Amino acid sequence: MLGIYDNEMKLEFASKSTNEAFARISVAAFASQLDPTIDELADIKTAVSEAVTNCIIHGYENTIGIVKIECKLKDNSIEIQISDTGKGIVDVEQAKKPLYTTKANLERSGMGFTIMESFMDEFKVESIPEIGTKITMKKYINKEKQEET
Amino acid sequence: MDCIYVPKDKLLTFKLSEDIDDNQTDKLRRKIDNEITRFLPRKTIFDFSNVTFMDSAGIGMLLGRYKLIKMLGGELAITNANKQVEKIFELSRNIKNNSNSGG
Ligand SMILES: Nc1ncnc2c1ncn2[C@@H]1O[C@H](COP(=O)(O)OP(=O)(O)OP(=O)(O)O)[C@@H](O)[C@H]1O
Ligand SMILES: [Mg+2]
Repeated sequence: MLGIYDNEMKLEFASKSTNEAFARISVAAFASQLDPTIDELADIKTAVSEAVTNCIIHGYENTIGIVKIECKLKDNSIEIQISDTGKGIVDVEQAKKPLYTTKANLERSGMGFTIMESFMDEFKVESIPEIGTKITMKKYINKEKQEET
Repeated sequence: MDCIYVPKDKLLTFKLSEDIDDNQTDKLRRKIDNEITRFLPRKTIFDFSNVTFMDSAGIGMLLGRYKLIKMLGGELAITNANKQVEKIFELSRNIKNNSNSGG
């Protein structure tokens, strides 16, 4: 750890939905070092919640696996990687489309990826069927303040 | 979550209070559907005053309740959403509008 980054953390937990709040609150606490606004923090929490929930309900479905989160701080940015070793996604481009869901019967809205993409500044999905899925997203903190100066 | 029913107005109000994520929606869904089918309200209000966080699981849950309420001939309103929750609603409205106009 601690190569080119200012700070790093890793988190691993069982894929239980009770851990969703734990995950987003932990990442938000770590991100607080960058002195984000309330809105920026809310965006990070929401994006983390979406990615973690996907690992739990889609990646591992009815089994229990490990969800992994890695966060890296560099200057005014936070990079967050959230991954599972679950069932993976066959067609990532299709999965990213707004309203696309494979679980409509469970009242999913198919908005998770769209939320991550629009609330964060950078967003990437890597997935291999039967191997797992990794989401990488990045947010620049205090963007507005810095653009003013 | 608290639930208040005013018979003379046939008005059912749910005062939501928890973070609304995938961990909460099953429980909420059961309770809400129970009350709606029991009272058959003319109007159902979801009061978000005490909700600090909601994600897409909440949208899915609310859309499901909307369908049920409409089927039973009632109307639905959402009040007092904070900024985080409102941002989720706004994005969902934008997606719906785009998908409609896009064919
Ligand atoms: N970690 C994952 N592992 C396997 N499949 C996934 C994973 N994340 C997403 N998917 C697939 O991509 C689809 C779209 O995901 P997205 O989060 O946008 O919507 P959703 O989870 O179905 O609904 P919502 O997030 O609105 O509750 C999912 O329905 C699922 O098929
Ligand atoms: Mg999702």
